[in-house]
Amino acid sequence: MSQLKVILQFSGGAELLFDKIKKREVELPVLEKYLPQINKSEWSIRELLVWMKDNLLKERPELFLQGDSVRPGILVLINDSDWELYGELDYKIQNGDAIMFISTLHGG
Amino acid sequence: MPVLCRTGCGEKAVLKRPKTGDALCKNCFYHAFETEIHYTITKGELFNKGESVAIAASGGKDSTVLAHVMKTLNKRYEYGLNLMLLSIDEGITGYRDDSLETVKQNRDDYEMPLKILSYKDLYGWTMDEIVAQIGRKNNCTFCGVFRRQALDRGAAMLNVKCIATGHNADDIAETVLMNVLRGDIARLKRCTSISTGSEGTIPRVKPLKYTYEKEIVMYAHYKKLVYFSTECVFAPNAYRGHARALLKDMEKIRPSCIMDIIYSGETMAVKEDVSLPTQRLCVRCKFVSSQEVCKACVLLEGLNKGLPRLGIGKSSKAKKMLEEYNSKLEHSAKERAIQDLNDHKVINGSDKCSSKGKSCKSGLCKSKKKYTEIDNHVNKCCNSDCSGRCKCNQSNDKENEGNTKINTLLEQYGINESSNDSGIDQNKLDVPNNDIVEDLLNQEEDPCSGSCGKMGSLQIGF
Repeated sequence: MSQLKVILQFSGGAELLFDKIKKREVELPVLEKYLPQINKSEWSIRELLVWMKDNLLKERPELFLQGDSVRPGILVLINDSDWELYGELDYKIQNGDAIMFISTLHGG
Repeated sequence: MPVLCRTGCGEKAVLKRPKTGDALCKNCFYHAFETEIHYTITKGELFNKGESVAIAASGGKDSTVLAHVMKTLNKRYEYGLNLMLLSIDEGITGYRDDSLETVKQNRDDYEMPLKILSYKDLYGWTMDEIVAQIGRKNNCTFCGVFRRQALDRGAAMLNVKCIATGHNADDIAETVLMNVLRGDIARLKRCTSISTGSEGTIPRVKPLKYTYEKEIVMYAHYKKLVYFSTECVFAPNAYRGHARALLKDMEKIRPSCIMDIIYSGETMAVKEDVSLPTQRLCVRCKFVSSQEVCKACVLLEGLNKGLPRLGIGKSSKAKKMLEEYNSKLEHSAKERAIQDLNDHKVINGSDKCSSKGKSCKSGLCKSKKKYTEIDNHVNKCCNSDCSGRCKCNQSNDKENEGNTKINTLLEQYGINESSNDSGIDQNKLDVPNNDIVEDLLNQEEDPCSGSCGKMGSLQIGF
């Protein structure tokens, strides 16, 4: 399995939950080693969220996650397109993908 | 596998519209988004040609998108409107000072004049100062009540025909839910109307009434509009937060629920015999109010008298506070005699006026008199037109506290209940209910339109 680099972006207030950093490039580890119990080799958004929770989300994860997905009201864009067009949690992450989280839950 | 735009334009779709489920490309989305707002404006006849319109601008996503779309549509469809931005500076360090920078950016980007009004100038208090007095629990009440009036004042200064606010479909659905959950029929009735404002006031209109929050955020994102997105530093509102979470959960399962809730709110009819507060002008500041003296004036008076909680808690508490305040000021025997007389009168009949008698002992003090007038008004309302719950609201407040204490005593000592005032018994049934409603209203009263919540409020019974 070759390396998997993704760009994570946060806006609309979602960045406040991630040390106010709006953009970061991360390299995901080999999935079989990271989550051996799930018996999968390809990263999808579902596993990415687990990885983010373990590695990036320091406090109050309930403001970002709900169940195994993002909290309703947080929009997810995969390469600048609505994730609802790409299978949401089941989308298979490709090397170089840009995944963006925009909160709609912050003040208007 | 890229999904193609449903219109058949050949472009790659970028989003799924929550309202229709359509997959659209950027340009087709912009077109649909803007055209729908145009239809909302024309169908609701929100504006007339040549009018001046103030856009209530907070620097957040909704008002930023509203300003952008209004400018676009004004040009495209030749509305002939003179648009300007109106912002309120509540004086919240680390929140509003930052968001006002965004509004100034809007002013430059959209070439619209901007008027900023501050609480400090209007009321003599910043929110920071108010919070220092009141603490963090009830400050939303101040902020919301003051903001609503501040917008009216600003609009009057700008001499505009109406104020456009950025309330979106999610906000309105959320407010419908909230008002149902609180049994607030007066607001339930009002909150879905696209244009609000009675005679003599500057109407507010909501061009984004049918626009989903998701689409507003996506529009701002694709158009690269700069907006400010930080929660108000003071108030994450618990009750509204729950309504919001519930709505978002339901939207996930069935996106059309937002439109459906608005539809329900719009078509719900209020029974004729339900009495609603009538709008009138505050005798002090001449702005619209449901009471003789508006909530803003009551709150302000509390602040200025060093009784910041006046007008926040139950009315009985406010009365008690005023009593204490007044008794500190006046100790003359004559006054006490009058009070005795008043107390006597209370026992003899007029069941709801005990506090009235106490808070306005002599009728000499101007401010005290104000409260007497409020009480009078309330009593009038209670006695004459209220068939249902309102009847008991005011008197219960007072009796409530007494009741709980008395009941505890009764339990402990088995004292005969008849020692109570006779008026209490008939009201008793409603007590727990009203208590809850009152508590919610008071604690969760959430009139913030800038950030934490949306609906302005002047209708809380004092």
